Amino acid sequence: MISDKIKLQPEVVEAVVIRFVGDSGDGMQLTGTQFSDTSAMFGNDIATFPNYPSEIRAPQGSLYGVSGFQVHIGSVEVSTPGDNLDLLVAMNPAGLKTNLHALKPGHTIIVDTDAFNKKNLEKAQYDTNPLEDGSLENYRVIQVDMTSLTKEALKNVEGLDNKSITRSKNMFALGMVYWMYGRSRDYTIDFFNKKFKTKPHLIEANTKVLNAGFFFAETLELIPNAYTISPAKMRPGTYRIIMGNTATAWGFLAAAEKSGLELFLGSYPITPATDILHELVKHKHFGVKAFQAEDEIAGIASAIGASFAGDLAITTTSGPGLALKGEALGLAMIMELPLVVVNVQRGGPSTGLPTKTEQSDLLQAMYGRNGESPVIVIAASTPANCFQYAYEAAKLTLEHMTPVILLTDGYIANGSAPWKIQSLNDLPEIKNRISKNASENWHPYDRDETTLARNWAIPGTAGLEHRIGGLEKDSITGNVSQNPENHQKMTEIRAEKIRRVQNYIPEIKTEFAEKGDLLVIGWGGTYGSLHSAVKQINEEGYKNIGFAHFNYINPLPKNTEEVLKRFKKIIVCELNNGQFAKILKINFNKFDFLQFNKIQGLPFGNNELIGEFKKLVD
Amino acid sequence: METTTEQKYTFKDFVSDQEVRWCPGCDDYVILRSMQKALPEMGVKKEDVVFISGIGCSSRFPYYMNTYGMHTIHGRAPGIASGVKLANPNLSVWVMTGDGDSMAIGGNHFIHVLRRNIDLNIVLFNNEIYGLTKGQFSPTSLVGQKTKSSPYGNTQPPFIPGELALGAGARFFARIGGNVPKDITQILIEAHQFKGTSLVEVLQNCVIFNDGCFNNITDKDVKEDKQIYLEHGKPMIFGKNRDKGLVLNKLKLEVVTIGENGITQEDLLVHDAKEKDPTLHQMLVRLEYPIATGIIRSFNDVTFEEREDALTKQVKANSKFKKTDDLFFSGETYTVK
Repeated sequence: MISDKIKLQPEVVEAVVIRFVGDSGDGMQLTGTQFSDTSAMFGNDIATFPNYPSEIRAPQGSLYGVSGFQVHIGSVEVSTPGDNLDLLVAMNPAGLKTNLHALKPGHTIIVDTDAFNKKNLEKAQYDTNPLEDGSLENYRVIQVDMTSLTKEALKNVEGLDNKSITRSKNMFALGMVYWMYGRSRDYTIDFFNKKFKTKPHLIEANTKVLNAGFFFAETLELIPNAYTISPAKMRPGTYRIIMGNTATAWGFLAAAEKSGLELFLGSYPITPATDILHELVKHKHFGVKAFQAEDEIAGIASAIGASFAGDLAITTTSGPGLALKGEALGLAMIMELPLVVVNVQRGGPSTGLPTKTEQSDLLQAMYGRNGESPVIVIAASTPANCFQYAYEAAKLTLEHMTPVILLTDGYIANGSAPWKIQSLNDLPEIKNRISKNASENWHPYDRDETTLARNWAIPGTAGLEHRIGGLEKDSITGNVSQNPENHQKMTEIRAEKIRRVQNYIPEIKTEFAEKGDLLVIGWGGTYGSLHSAVKQINEEGYKNIGFAHFNYINPLPKNTEEVLKRFKKIIVCELNNGQFAKILKINFNKFDFLQFNKIQGLPFGNNELIGEFKKLVD
Repeated sequence: METTTEQKYTFKDFVSDQEVRWCPGCDDYVILRSMQKALPEMGVKKEDVVFISGIGCSSRFPYYMNTYGMHTIHGRAPGIASGVKLANPNLSVWVMTGDGDSMAIGGNHFIHVLRRNIDLNIVLFNNEIYGLTKGQFSPTSLVGQKTKSSPYGNTQPPFIPGELALGAGARFFARIGGNVPKDITQILIEAHQFKGTSLVEVLQNCVIFNDGCFNNITDKDVKEDKQIYLEHGKPMIFGKNRDKGLVLNKLKLEVVTIGENGITQEDLLVHDAKEKDPTLHQMLVRLEYPIATGIIRSFNDVTFEEREDALTKQVKANSKFKKTDDLFFSGETYTVK
């Protein structure tokens, strides 16, 4: 039944945000993925974000065991998974309770009423049933006996136990939502056929329940099929839906092939970075050597060894792991070996919020090593461009012979979006600095005059035998040197080498306004949130609000100061306590950098950003 | 395996231009020279040899070898060496480490590298003391030992390196005194030839901070009576007069004298280094009298690289992905016009 307090109005919208929530075991991630993939095939732009508890199997029905999957689909460009929901599908009371706050007033909730029993209500800490006590009267509530209807739909299917029957109720919900948004069931039915190839009864069961949900929604004319979201206008090309962590892994695959080197990953499992390891271990067909080490330190240590021996070497981790890798990273830095460290940031400090997002490892990436030890620091900003920045990290490390830290975060790493597939032919060349032949006056620390990158002589090359290490070394021979002037010289060379990377990275561009009243600055994974907020505020009639988003942190783009000058006010927005703002202040101390910081383990919301920007320009 | 060379080297080819800076009289000189003499016998090309070390006196070793080398950070050499070997299995990779480097700060990497059985060689310079930091107790220092950090005597019981190594699954373990260059050379050659991780413990005297710690085992006039030098396939016999030997009495090794109580050489245990079951090898490394030296265990097992290689070949043969483009354009894609 549908509560009739809200008059139903057919809606024509450009974009819709839907969240599926339920128990960890309710299959919400699968439901959400199916809906987003189907929508992408239909031609919508999409952005998704899974949100699941850190407990593997949290107690059923509990508030902290709620698992959710949010998808934003649009006929226009969508750059974030969205903040306010148009539709909430809640499979139990705990899911409703923990997610209701995100639903726009007047918008729709679909609930499985069978799950709203006394036990589940108690677990969700409801004193009274929200479906009956009037507390939802500002929303349109669609109450469906989903579990019973699923059982009914499956009563004639052989070979199903009770558990598999109740577990397929998520497909009932998906069927309903497909009908509401005019989506085809074909993609999902194909998926069943592939997934359950050897279990025909499961193909039948899931298809039946999906259809039952679809027809149920159709039959109940109470649900208006009035949400029309046409395909988005996207650049021509071949696309696929990709998760940030997969895109990161693939960027390295492409870089290895392009540079003609073998890819070596040394890694230790840590949330939310582990999916990169999971992805790369699959690709033995490309000769990828993915080595799960005994700890974070052995992860980076093995990568340093592989780099010394001539592989494109990477290590992947998250904040606490980067702390453990610090000493070894300093070693790679002083030895001037190529190495990429990926830090998929999560909430800190210490163990912090492992499954939530944050940008609070920036200063650790910049300075988290003993001694004067600068490295290149870059950051990806969307799930899809994790590919581009992983590739760029590999290119920079190989061409400049210094470690690169690539920062992503839990938000873009687990989020997915359409990726315009890049063929290897379309990617820029990568030139490695491997010395092939021995010559009389060859030295390990001979440098390229423009980049200051040293040579890379790998074991197996006759005549280039040499020793390097963590002790300070002579600026040419690489032999151990305690000479005071030499130490100063080497420290300066290593810093200058990073500075010169400025000549090889793109300038920073502003979006929406080139000059004006307010410059909104962001970096890394907040691109989507900041971009939509600045776009919206400009559409509301505020002109002169520009947006500059940084992917290159160390060094900063050459023209940064010139861009800063063009705006009256500057606000730096970050999911930390102002770390990038600090870096900007150090570099450009004549400007006043305002800050907008959020440290809740959550991405920025559109409204909070717009509210803040308006305060500054009104 | 490493490619062999026809080129004939002498030890001089492996001497680098760096001045050796260990204390005069240190056993490290003996190990260095033994290694420089062993390498020409291994038939491996100079450019295919890599020495990796951590931190400590022993870890200066790579600087003195005219090969590829890396002097890295404390305890992490096994991880770094693993990466070198996996990146290029053609290399002969050596980890040079000490008791503190391998069993204190690097304990985790030490046990895991042995467990995995990557084909690399570890030489453990055990002097039962921290030298470079000037005289603190190490994980192999004895209880009661007075050091800079235990002025009233050490209260932490030591590891027996061989026991730890075999417990971690070591396939090859040898122990040798630091004053017998010919034996060290021979054992290094055999360690090189062994496929899998080999561990060679050298009882290395520190002339400054722990001088004479092994005198009662390694001195010329006592070593034959105090050590049993094990050789595969030969009876466990020792003593100046070659009249002592080992037998198994219930669950313990027992020293017997040939000619007493009707014991003949036939009654002695015969050393089987290649046995998979490490029980007897464990007893031998724990034995306090005599101290077992020589190659105690040399069990041929599948290496990590062989397993990985087999999987890679299999995956490559069955995969439809030859280039990254094949992967990127596979599966669910869609076209926007």
